[in-house]
Amino acid sequence: MSAVILTLVTFIPAIGAVLLMLMPRNDRSIRWIALLIALAAFAVSLYLPVAYQSGQPGFQFEVNHVWIPSVNIHYHLGMDGISLWLVVLTTFLAPLGVLISWKSVHDRVKEFFVLFLLLETAMIGVFLALDLFLFYVFWEATLIPMALLIGMYGHERRVYAAVKFFLYTMVASVFMLASVIWLYTHAHSFDYVYIRQWIGDGHASGAAIFWLFLGFFVAFAVKVPLFPLHTWLPDAHVEAPTAGSLMLASVLLKMGTYGLLRFNVALFPTEAHRHAPWINALAIIGIVYGALVALVQPNLKKLIAYSSVSHLGFVVLGIFTFTQIGTDGAVYQMLNHGISTGALFMLAGMIYERKHTYELERYGGLATPMPVFATFFLVAVLSSVGLPLLNGFVGEFLVLSGSFQANVVYGVIAASGVIWSAAYLLWMYQRVFYGPIRHDENRALPDLDGREQISLWPLAIMALVMGVASPFWMKSIDPSVAATAAANTTSTAAAVDSTANFAQKSAEKR
Amino acid sequence: MNPIHIDDYIRLLPELILTLFGIGVMILDPLIPAGQSRKSLGIFSLVGTLASIAAAFYQLNHFGLAWFDMVRVDAFSVFFHVLIPAISAVCILASLEYLDQQGIKTGEYYGLILFGTVGMVLMSCAVELVLIFIALEISSISTYILAGYRRRAAAGTEASIKYFLLGSFATAFFLYGVALMFGATGSTTITDIAAILAQGAANPMGLVYAAVALMLIGLGFKVAFAPFHVWTPDVYEGSPAPVVAFMSTGPKAAAFAVLLRVLFGANTSGWFWLLWIAAVLSMTIGNLGALVQDNVKRMLAYSSIAHAGYVLVAFVAGGDTGLTAAIFYTAAYAAMNVGAFAVVSHIGSGGERYTSIEDYAGLSRRSPLLAFTLTIFMLSLIGIPLTGGFFAKYYVFSAALNSNLIGLTIIGVLNSAVAAYYYLRLIVVMYMREPAVELPPEKTFPAMSLALVLAALATIYLGVIPSQVVDYASQGAKEVLTLPSPNSTPAAAVTRNVVHTGQ
Repeated sequence: MSAVILTLVTFIPAIGAVLLMLMPRNDRSIRWIALLIALAAFAVSLYLPVAYQSGQPGFQFEVNHVWIPSVNIHYHLGMDGISLWLVVLTTFLAPLGVLISWKSVHDRVKEFFVLFLLLETAMIGVFLALDLFLFYVFWEATLIPMALLIGMYGHERRVYAAVKFFLYTMVASVFMLASVIWLYTHAHSFDYVYIRQWIGDGHASGAAIFWLFLGFFVAFAVKVPLFPLHTWLPDAHVEAPTAGSLMLASVLLKMGTYGLLRFNVALFPTEAHRHAPWINALAIIGIVYGALVALVQPNLKKLIAYSSVSHLGFVVLGIFTFTQIGTDGAVYQMLNHGISTGALFMLAGMIYERKHTYELERYGGLATPMPVFATFFLVAVLSSVGLPLLNGFVGEFLVLSGSFQANVVYGVIAASGVIWSAAYLLWMYQRVFYGPIRHDENRALPDLDGREQISLWPLAIMALVMGVASPFWMKSIDPSVAATAAANTTSTAAAVDSTANFAQKSAEKR
Repeated sequence: MNPIHIDDYIRLLPELILTLFGIGVMILDPLIPAGQSRKSLGIFSLVGTLASIAAAFYQLNHFGLAWFDMVRVDAFSVFFHVLIPAISAVCILASLEYLDQQGIKTGEYYGLILFGTVGMVLMSCAVELVLIFIALEISSISTYILAGYRRRAAAGTEASIKYFLLGSFATAFFLYGVALMFGATGSTTITDIAAILAQGAANPMGLVYAAVALMLIGLGFKVAFAPFHVWTPDVYEGSPAPVVAFMSTGPKAAAFAVLLRVLFGANTSGWFWLLWIAAVLSMTIGNLGALVQDNVKRMLAYSSIAHAGYVLVAFVAGGDTGLTAAIFYTAAYAAMNVGAFAVVSHIGSGGERYTSIEDYAGLSRRSPLLAFTLTIFMLSLIGIPLTGGFFAKYYVFSAALNSNLIGLTIIGVLNSAVAAYYYLRLIVVMYMREPAVELPPEKTFPAMSLALVLAALATIYLGVIPSQVVDYASQGAKEVLTLPSPNSTPAAAVTRNVVHTGQ
């Protein structure tokens, strides 16, 4: 089982997509089959956390076959504690994405679910690939289904958003490809583990490392998105269909932070330490800037999109504090953001189906006609704000402790982000749900139906469970994070040094 | 002089088969009443191309020199003997319906395709410059006529004349180059030239450089690399779409094969910067030109210039990997480009009225198959993973980095990022725009569907499991590189008639 499990998890959705392609155009049965496929992938992926050996470092369930022998490209998949939960997050959200699109997608239904399932396969592949070429293939493979989902099923400015999304990510990932090819021509391998060792042994010159680091960094920074490369995100989010926003926010952005951790930090630790000051500065700018822009957004979906910029800033900050606790928090925050922002986008989609607008102006007092909706929304908002006992709190707390350890200034400014997020989210909540009903047509809005509630319950439950039972996740995340940070032993000393240097320098400044 | 042996015929078998079928078409054509569809002749010539592919595979066990050392059958030639007739086959499939649609009821169309194919395959196995020239002419004259096959359209005649005039100049340049090469080395056989150049016995050396430059001009016209590309957009726009599918891939592949033999087989030198500059110019002019086109045929014409530039990058990189990359690229390019033009030829419909990008709006609803396959070809032309175009591009750039051509790689990579925009535009229009006027659903005929599916499968095959083809390509590359054995004297080279066929 453990030999094929990763292949199975990765390709069940793709096989399902092929099945759907061959099916006759009966929208109803296509929806059901898509749901069953997504659920099957989720069920199979549950084997992963059960069978995963938490204590062991390194990758598990590895498969390694030669794919293209003449250039030494391998089909190499493997999983550690970091990718484990990102994979499960993806398979967990996919059935919800199908459910949320049940009624909102009524034109070209078959194509929609085919693209959606292909996207799922590509995303899982990104988290599992241990061959750099394979990683790039999966990375680019996410691009087309996502761009088509936005462009074919989105709102008014969908074509603009789709093209912008495609070109931004495509151009950025070309730099990563250049780095990958350079590594191959010098190390003669695409194997992640081997290349990590190869770099750790000091085979690459300092200048080369600098450019390689930058090549990977640009590709991931656009995906995260890190300020000032974030401008594609609000457009893509606002125009995407709900399931597209869900996958974009909850999983696609995590590919960026995952890449930063897996490649930039793990492959080039010394270089990462050298660049940490300005990367952290960008992350903090992102936190504050995203929050401030979110504060003034008149459009619900744009507000959530900018909140993503802000929240992802925390994740990047956590990774580049180079503290165990900060990185743990960053990984945990990736999952939290997937849950809470995913829920927010789904809720936004539900209200859009009723009102056909995202303008906050058009809402107001909705708690009266839609009490169930209001309750779910409150849970999602509070989880995103970081209320203790809900998941967001754990992640933010860990990241902030990490940043205080690394540099007090980082911690202080980043902590203000928590306040900002409370401000814009709660203010938004107040404008949508409280106060008098300003528009008469809103009185008759129907509350959530059974299908919509079913798609929200899992997220609400997970928000609570991950808030109170975080050790369950941490026990597999923590050792893997430690392994990621400590692999190139020669550079760990330098890492500690430079961290100390930052602290010292900032102390001197004060 | 060696007597002619049965092996001589076997080593020219694909050419013989194609010629016989071509003549057969010309004989049978008058027997079919005027005004009746020539589809049966198309199927007849399809059989011819398939038979010649089979013959090429048969040649795998009959490597060696033939016909007084003018023809050389090796892994390299077999590669192109499979590739080029396969291109012709797909083009014939795409033409079956097209000709009826356009009201063209003459059979020599298929004969010309077959004769053109003969010239192209002969180019890839000829190792003697005069024979190469003859082969080049055979292929060119057929394509000149084919380019003007829509006789009633002014654009068709314009295309044909333009192509003919410029093409004649170009072949004259090539011939002039051959003459100078003979003057400098006293031979027109590539192996001899290589041996003489290796000894440093060429006299004067300046003449060799001039000869190489002139031959580059002649072949540069055929493959349409900048600055010899100006004819491409007009000719592609005016020619019938299936013919464009044919002449944007077949003659290119053949001319690249000759270039490989002349530049690497004969071991000439002095062209590094020429090709470096040509590569940069082709990629840049091609991609920037394509950006502003509204006509799909013109856009693909500029894109084909850009792709010639990518192949030249592989040439500049040189060596084992560079040559492998170049050979593989021609195959991947052929698959995706033939497919793209097949779609274009179908959508154009009678008189090729619908060739502007706007005419593709909403194609995904009118014909999911056409839209889907065209998307695959576009993604491959962009260079998205899991398509042949990606792997080809990847191979080219890794060969370039291997040879430390960092500047050229950066220019190429940036170029392919720019290129993404205009290919993407077509996908966007097909899937995300509604048509301005309501057009009826496209009917796709079985032959056309088959052509498209074959091209799409080839594109994906080359992207997902390319190793087999890469192996063949790299064998071919080795054959080209080992052509001049280091110690052989001219005399030894002439008498050598069985060549080393190992890995």
